[in-house]
Amino acid sequence: MSVELFLQTVVNSTYAASYMALIAVGFVLIFGVMGVVNFAHGELYMAGAYTVVALYADQGFPFFIAVAAGLVFVGVLGLLMEFALFRPLRDNPLGGLIASIGFLLILQTIAVLGFGVRMENVPPSTQEKFVFLGGVVLTYQRLYVILAAVGLLSALWFFLRKSKFGWALRACAQDREAAALQGMSINQTARLAMFIGAALAGVAGALTAPLVSTTPFMGHSVIVTAFIIVIVGGLGSLEGAVLVAILYAFVHTFVTTVYDGTLANIVGLLLMLAVLIVKPTGLFGAKERA
Amino acid sequence: MPKPENNNKVSSTWFIGFVLLAGILVALPHVLSFSQQEILVLLVINVLLVCSYRLLTLTGEWSLAHAVIMGVGAYASALAAKKLEFPVPLCMLIGASTAGFVAFLLSFPLFRMKGFYFLIASFAAGEVIRLSWKWSDLTFLFGGPKGLKRIPPVPDFLTIDFYEPVNYYYLCLIVVAVSLLILYRIEKSRIGLTFHAIHWQDKLAESVGVNTFRYRMLAFVISAFFAGLAGALYAHYVGAIAPNRFSVEEMVYILIWAIVGGTATFYGPIIGVVALTVLNEVVLRSLGVDEMRPMFYGAVLIVAILFMPNGLEGLVPKIKGWFVGRRKDNERTLQKQLDDATAG
Repeated sequence: MSVELFLQTVVNSTYAASYMALIAVGFVLIFGVMGVVNFAHGELYMAGAYTVVALYADQGFPFFIAVAAGLVFVGVLGLLMEFALFRPLRDNPLGGLIASIGFLLILQTIAVLGFGVRMENVPPSTQEKFVFLGGVVLTYQRLYVILAAVGLLSALWFFLRKSKFGWALRACAQDREAAALQGMSINQTARLAMFIGAALAGVAGALTAPLVSTTPFMGHSVIVTAFIIVIVGGLGSLEGAVLVAILYAFVHTFVTTVYDGTLANIVGLLLMLAVLIVKPTGLFGAKERA
Repeated sequence: MPKPENNNKVSSTWFIGFVLLAGILVALPHVLSFSQQEILVLLVINVLLVCSYRLLTLTGEWSLAHAVIMGVGAYASALAAKKLEFPVPLCMLIGASTAGFVAFLLSFPLFRMKGFYFLIASFAAGEVIRLSWKWSDLTFLFGGPKGLKRIPPVPDFLTIDFYEPVNYYYLCLIVVAVSLLILYRIEKSRIGLTFHAIHWQDKLAESVGVNTFRYRMLAFVISAFFAGLAGALYAHYVGAIAPNRFSVEEMVYILIWAIVGGTATFYGPIIGVVALTVLNEVVLRSLGVDEMRPMFYGAVLIVAILFMPNGLEGLVPKIKGWFVGRRKDNERTLQKQLDDATAG
């Protein structure tokens, strides 16, 4: 591997790490606060991408307005899921997971009916790019994803650490009943977590729509990635999710560059199984919730 | 919570019911069209698939690898028939055993976990297997993303041509009936009771000397064996298999059948798969909305989990209650008349 290719792969990995972190953090947030494995997370990502398809590629709105619309739209989808599915099923440990599978199928069908099964052509919003020494290229399109990940995740971090809502959210993630006894509204924290978690997936989808192959079934590979990251990082650990997203993105991108994509997926999954065997709660995870 | 039943005497009602059911199952293909017969074959295979899945859920674990395990059976059986040219019935047993063996190997890492961790890890393990079928370096063996084609069919037996869906249906019916009987006996045996014990009180079961890991592994291996058998039946019927046939979407369907039917009773998943297949093939096909099918399934799943947490099987005691209740009422009036008569 030449030095340029190596550096280029590092840049590519950074981009991959950014959107994977956005997705995984949302997934972990939802699991932590609500105790639900949100199988439809990949489809929320897909919904974000299709918002950009509809508004930017089809209707010609500016790219960033479409991305903002994607954030809000997918966040609202998250609120809908919380209200219609997860809240009635709070006492059913497997119920939320099952209901989210049902929701996944519905979202997928809507995308198929509305846009067709074929790959959408989303033109890049800008042709500009950084060219570093040695010909390493970082397009602005990818830079947006990196900036958004850094910006949104730091904002989330400050929100969780410094604001009252953030404290409530983390308290609920630790012990829902105890938090409720302290006068925190479980419904409100659940709504908040669901909105943030879904919106993060939506933003990731919206920003990467011009960069990946946008199809109604794009969520599948995303949910696999999210699973790997959160299991290796430990379910319920936001910092772990970010760190492992970076780690996984580098491993995956490098294996893809050197060998091929299928092998990269296999390596990722085997890494995850290895971590599960050595430390079933994940690298940064706390004890499993009872 | 399922109660272990103790039916020592087989009542005549049950006997008549079984004879009727058998009669219907034998006569059924002759009132259906050709394409419906083909669907019927797949339905019988799916019954075995979902019933084998239920055996694992008895221990309280929900796997997401079941569709892939079925695929292991299908691939192993197809490869044994194609490359090694073994007789097909033997290949099916090889396929089922391979699936069981893969489950045996997988249980070492997977049963270090429980609950959500197990669920997600089983998904990952299944995906590793499925991706290896797709992997370009193994195309010479598994045929890559396009899978295996021209899998040898079940050879003719005497003059019975198993290429005909009706005949293959009878073959599947026999294999599945025997398998279900075995699964049923296992569930009602001491082993099955131990599975229940592990589900509801695993710490307590451990403290009285039950090796929960062994029993979980046993449930996983048995359920994988029958899933593999279902896969083998499928492979030699359809004649072509591909990695995407065993993807997470197929797994979702197994989950939906089990959830909508309910998993507390033996018949619950069967009701689920039969009811949804009939709805799917009769209602959706007549509406002619093929693309809407996943949405329909999704909606059914959500409605089921929200409003029928016990699944369709939860309706059975209610329906039974109408009949039995009426009979009880009659008995009560009779008893009252008798009491009155004796008192007077």
